[in-house]
Amino acid sequence: MTDENTSAPKLVNRRGVLKLVGIGAAAGALPLASGAADQVMHDMHHEPPKQNPDADLAPVYQFLNGDEAAFVEAAVNTFIPSDDAGPGALELGVAVFIDRQMNSGYGRGDRMYLQGPFIEGTPEQGYQLRMTPSELFRAGILDVNAYTQAKYKSTFDGLSEEDRVSVLSQLERREIELPTVPTMYFFNLLLDLTMQGYFADPQYGGNKDKASWKMIGFPGVGVMYADKIEAYRNKKYMSGPLSIQDLL
Amino acid sequence: MATKLKPVDIAIVGLGWAGGIVAKELASTGLKIVAFERGAPRATNPDFMAPQVHDELRYARRHELIQNLRKETLTFRNDPSQLALPMRQLGSFLPGEGVGGSGAHWSGLHWRWTEWEHKMYSGTVAKHGKSIIPADMNLQDWPIDYHELEPYYDKFEKVCGTSGKAGNLQGTKIDGGNIFEAPRANEFPNPPLTSSHNMVLFEKAARDLGYHPFPVPASNASRPYVNPDGVALGQCHYCGFCTAYGCEANAKASPHFTVVPLAFKNPNFEARTNSYVMKINLDSHGKRAVSVTYLDAVGREFEQPADLVILAAYVFGNVHLMLHSKIGKPYDFKHNTGVVGRNYSYQSMGGVAALFPRGTHFNPFMGSGALGTWIDDFNSDNPDFAKLGFIGGGGISTGSNSGAPIGRHPATPGSPRWGSRWKREVIDTYHRMTSVGSQGSVMSYRQNYLDLDPTYTDSFGRPMLRLTFDWQENEFRQMEYARGICTEIAQAMGAEQVLSRRDRGRYSIVPYQTTHNTGGTAFGDDPKTSALNKYLQSWDVSNVFVVGSSAFPQNAGRNPTGPAGALAYRLADTLKDQYLKRPGRLA
Repeated sequence: MTDENTSAPKLVNRRGVLKLVGIGAAAGALPLASGAADQVMHDMHHEPPKQNPDADLAPVYQFLNGDEAAFVEAAVNTFIPSDDAGPGALELGVAVFIDRQMNSGYGRGDRMYLQGPFIEGTPEQGYQLRMTPSELFRAGILDVNAYTQAKYKSTFDGLSEEDRVSVLSQLERREIELPTVPTMYFFNLLLDLTMQGYFADPQYGGNKDKASWKMIGFPGVGVMYADKIEAYRNKKYMSGPLSIQDLL
Repeated sequence: MATKLKPVDIAIVGLGWAGGIVAKELASTGLKIVAFERGAPRATNPDFMAPQVHDELRYARRHELIQNLRKETLTFRNDPSQLALPMRQLGSFLPGEGVGGSGAHWSGLHWRWTEWEHKMYSGTVAKHGKSIIPADMNLQDWPIDYHELEPYYDKFEKVCGTSGKAGNLQGTKIDGGNIFEAPRANEFPNPPLTSSHNMVLFEKAARDLGYHPFPVPASNASRPYVNPDGVALGQCHYCGFCTAYGCEANAKASPHFTVVPLAFKNPNFEARTNSYVMKINLDSHGKRAVSVTYLDAVGREFEQPADLVILAAYVFGNVHLMLHSKIGKPYDFKHNTGVVGRNYSYQSMGGVAALFPRGTHFNPFMGSGALGTWIDDFNSDNPDFAKLGFIGGGGISTGSNSGAPIGRHPATPGSPRWGSRWKREVIDTYHRMTSVGSQGSVMSYRQNYLDLDPTYTDSFGRPMLRLTFDWQENEFRQMEYARGICTEIAQAMGAEQVLSRRDRGRYSIVPYQTTHNTGGTAFGDDPKTSALNKYLQSWDVSNVFVVGSSAFPQNAGRNPTGPAGALAYRLADTLKDQYLKRPGRLA
């Protein structure tokens, strides 16, 4: 916590810059859902500074282009919506998590075997495409947007909530055949990344404020239970929760 | 062109439990020993420090400690009629990479195999006759029995600070321990770990049903402990970040802080990390190993002459190096001849999930890798093979290992995988779901084997190892039987719903199952059916020894690390007491 980069004055500066980026993006109808863009405008002009200056910053995407970011924001918000049971994936930063993962060594396939020949095998033989996760992800978004353009005259992010649920459900049941990537691979990657971002340690950009851990009652990563495992048999235990950064 | 180095006495391939134990035990000889490890050097500090090591995404999902498939993988098919294709992503099993090998990220279930599990062929024939053995099953005995291995099992437990309770102390059966275990000379070095709520329920239910529950032998130290080598192990924190992770407390025994540092007491020991051994080079007659060829971290090729070569890599590495180096006759499926690659086996992971009434709190995040309660009533040769129609058995257990929510956000079958209803389901289920699992033996079959792939090469240009494997009828029957017992116990524990998790599908390389691959370089008394003699020495190239689970002729319904470590201690004695005094064929 002694890194000068995290000191308050710089945070304020960064916030101002990012807000401008956010507005620019919104004006170009890019990554922000329109409601979020309105919120940024509203904050800029009318709201006093919030206590947590990071809470409503517009995300900076490193990997996803505007269309892709809009798709991902819409998809994660549909997979895990905000409701009275708990936080939604979008508000917890899951779109940012996915952006960072697609830009990481994992997204770039750094530990996959990607030499040919490439032959379609049996389901038991597993993944046989020559694409890295980020290549597959990108192609899958184009495929789904092409499908919704043809059927609904809109990209996926522009659909009503009901239509988004319908498209994702059909993808899950493999009722939509995507032209480039096998539907199952794209759908499972999208859903897995959403769950990973929702539940992973917040250092990766999702699970903001450990909200998913609070929701299910997971006490985080820093508790020693040697003196608790017997005492709490069949009793509720909760503390914190603590993330990795909380413990540094 | 390889740079030829000065000769050494012994080259060891792999620095996990097997290679680490042999290197440590041979330290007193002062011989020039070089150990090659394909992965990085590793120490608890700084590599496994908390809180950073408690990172589920990095370790359990992105597999930080596991073999990098970009460099080396294998091809897979279910049966010989198919075209094998490469395993492009990790899935079914997770071989370790780096100093400590799979021993750095294991769970710590530390078993002795039973007497029958070392003598599956003769033990089965004595009870049921030869006719019970299916024609395609290559059922074989170990060439040594439990009693010969007992002192080494004992030694390995003491090094690891294994926590448990004896059930058969010098022939006296002890209630609360595993009464089906083979007689042990000594009690475990540490008392059992503390049970979680689901384990308490399991223990009572199993007892009420007439079974014999006991705490899983765990190399997660239940108290601070100093092993006979003077190495300190910390007390397990039950932190819930164990399997797939390194342990910051040194409570989970691992080669990287136990045996490997002690190998360096030998001033002539050297560990070459980030070094991939490509091949064992033989003399012009193919009868003697003269050197190993390896690549260093940047890819320079070296030839290291050595008088003795010990293969102590993961199962696949040992078999691959034997085949690629032309040591021993490769297995030929068509004629059921040859030995290297024969007897590949795996393990079946089955059982049920169990949902308990609302208000139940299992606290799944409190636990350790090997924390569990187990019964052997249906394992080893305790089932009546003739009556049930299968050979083998399975351990049935419940445990508390991890509540980390990327991997564990259970929902009942039929509920959606996403959406508001999914979220409510997870919140409702997280604290009241547990499982009763079965870990089943898998026999060896003519049609399940390892050989070299004719098409695909690894990043070094070598033909890949090809895995041909599928479940067989014998194993399906065992799994189905075990699932019935799991259901019975889960119901007796008070589950309101018992959810079955397995069908009769083909083996798939996609979902994680278990890192308990065995066989391929079986040891035995008959060179027609084993690659190694009873001293773990190649029948064909007498200065090559192979140690690890690749020596097992088939797999039992319990974890392989205990016998693999015991074999490594025995091999070190064989070398010190016999081979190094008079090098040559020992059998």
